[in-house]
Amino acid sequence: MKSYVLPELEVIRDQARCIRCRVCERQCAWKVHVYDGEDDVMRHCEENCVGCQRCAVFCPTKALAVRPYSGSYRPNANWTDDRIRDLIKQSEAGGVMLTGMGCDKPHRVYWDHLLLNASQVTNPSIDPLREPMELTTYLGAKPERVDLRDGELATELAPQVRIEIPILFSAISYGAISYQAQEALMRAASELGTLCNTGEGGWPASLRKYADNTVVQCASGRFGVDREYLNLAKIVEIKIGQGAKPGIGGHLPGEKVTEAISKTRMIPEGTDALSPAPHHDIYSIEDLAQLVCALKEATDYKKPISVKIAAVHNSAAIASGVVRAGADIIAIDGIRGGTGAAPKIIRDNVGIPIELALAAVDDRLRREGIRNRCSVIAAGGFRNSGDVTKALALGADAVYIGTPALMAMGCTLCQKCYTGICNWGICTQDPYLSKRINPDIAARRLVNLLRGWSLEIKEMLGGLGVNAVESLRGNRLHLRGIALQEWELEVLGVRGAGN
Amino acid sequence: MGMRDRAMNSLLRSMVSEGASRIRLVNVFGQRYIATNLAGRVEIDIEGTPGNDLGAFMDGPTVTVHGNVQDGCGNTMNSGAIIVHGRAGDIAGLSMRGGSMLIRDDIGYRGAIHMKAYGDQTPLLVVGGTAQDFFGEYMAGGTAVLLGLTGKPHRARFIGTGMHGGVIYVRGEVQSYQLGKEVAVLQPDAEDLALIEEAVSAYAGCFSASAREILSARFVKLSPVSTRPYGTLYTY
Repeated sequence: MKSYVLPELEVIRDQARCIRCRVCERQCAWKVHVYDGEDDVMRHCEENCVGCQRCAVFCPTKALAVRPYSGSYRPNANWTDDRIRDLIKQSEAGGVMLTGMGCDKPHRVYWDHLLLNASQVTNPSIDPLREPMELTTYLGAKPERVDLRDGELATELAPQVRIEIPILFSAISYGAISYQAQEALMRAASELGTLCNTGEGGWPASLRKYADNTVVQCASGRFGVDREYLNLAKIVEIKIGQGAKPGIGGHLPGEKVTEAISKTRMIPEGTDALSPAPHHDIYSIEDLAQLVCALKEATDYKKPISVKIAAVHNSAAIASGVVRAGADIIAIDGIRGGTGAAPKIIRDNVGIPIELALAAVDDRLRREGIRNRCSVIAAGGFRNSGDVTKALALGADAVYIGTPALMAMGCTLCQKCYTGICNWGICTQDPYLSKRINPDIAARRLVNLLRGWSLEIKEMLGGLGVNAVESLRGNRLHLRGIALQEWELEVLGVRGAGN
Repeated sequence: MGMRDRAMNSLLRSMVSEGASRIRLVNVFGQRYIATNLAGRVEIDIEGTPGNDLGAFMDGPTVTVHGNVQDGCGNTMNSGAIIVHGRAGDIAGLSMRGGSMLIRDDIGYRGAIHMKAYGDQTPLLVVGGTAQDFFGEYMAGGTAVLLGLTGKPHRARFIGTGMHGGVIYVRGEVQSYQLGKEVAVLQPDAEDLALIEEAVSAYAGCFSASAREILSARFVKLSPVSTRPYGTLYTY
């Protein structure tokens, strides 16, 4: 069938600059660039291009520019170019259209409508360069009250896990990403004193040396969930859903299940790794309480048990149920959360933004008097330290970042992760490509990113006049809304700027 | 009786870590998570009715129940054995990865769901009676056997739906409308018959039944049509 789809991207080459070194040809696994020996010229075929920018970045003479195709369909606010393309593609291929990474649609980003306070005159700012600033966070259920006896703590505490900064690496499975990328994440978490989530793809034996900085997931496929997996981790997380694809299961295609993946997930090579939609032992909140209890028994009540849910309409009520089911931590993943593969229609249309879900959950738990019984981790679309600080003010104990971590390693959101072809070596099992991630360098980039964010958060805290992140946590008075409607201000629990 | 889950399991864990090799639990009345995440060569005899998640994440012990078990028996079990002189509830052997589970009578819904095999670990589930719907759903590996000895015909529907690995053997009749579309019905070959004999001998040995009599009836083999049942579902 001839394809009727217009190309999405075009490659512009400045022939005067091009020295025919063929780096672009070697770097592109999509076979966009080809050297024509007869005419001594580089040729390219646009249709293959995914816009990952690898060639443009690596071209030594900066001869390449990759940009959206300059042609377009007739302007139509309803039938935008990409909606037209999706329709044509689907009528040519049939089936469910897949995509990768987070929702790219112009739903409102509430972080861009929230502004932070600073101290002026009425109370002094604190100088983060010279005074101690505390970002240390403890994840776990906090007691109702604290009793002392002879100056010592008499109250028995639920298990707590300490992290040095309120930012963790989100659940990204080995299988979705390469071994090198996963190693970089774990190494960075270890250096930063925070935690990295293994995702539902199991935990390679050679990475278990980072156990002190690892959250493991018990998802519906139960891949790799054995005794050592549970015994070594710092936190065990039950994955009910994720923001990119609420309500549906996951599916790692058989061609991505290599020998190494098969070993880590403990399934036969080449078979699909299916994570069914519900956990078939969790059909109700009581069943969830049962699995939480089973995992507490399995970990001898020594580790916090976390439950990860996608942000949906009644997240507040669900969160209340999850807390009452005994979870020590609840992680909520909003609609902007990333993924290796999800049906495009679900990624873009199902779920709600984390800003609203977080505000609703924190508010509901406080009203019910149970906010102390769990730590809340927010996830789904954080782009910088400003977003993180605002999330803390809305009530998050910590945030999970996924997309920014992958971007620090080179990802440019081409959204083709589900193919297993990634020129940056991140979401691929192809050894030639995944070698492009040097875990040392990638870990350094991750540490740089979070060190920068930590310094920025400290600056913002100091500017607010507080010296500990605990003082900002849930303190919505330090936020004001801008260009928001009444109902949005109400859900977020903040006043309009100027008020 | 009267001891709550947490206290009982804590006691069980400390007895095992102190080196106990045989433990007997009496008057068990619904306590959950017994033998959860327990490892090692220990034999546990249970008299009464254990609650949900018996042997969840278990790795090594042999648990014998003189009574019925409830839901989630052998949930995500890695190795060891569970022998039930009675019936089991729903999701028996969910995500089981190794070891064996022998149930004398019937089981409930979604038995052996997402059972998987790995390396030289091949889990085995033998059910003396019949099962309810969705038996072997999403099966990725391992062996599940239904013997139909309790006199009830096999009425389960959606057997093997989503199956992409492993094998199911059924003694007696199943109609094609009862099977998931990912399942093919085949005649057992010599290798299958050897596996069936092994499974039946294990069952007969535990429950004092006649292996010869059981093996004299006809078995069918249910096998996945593809290891990639959803290969054409997605467009790229």
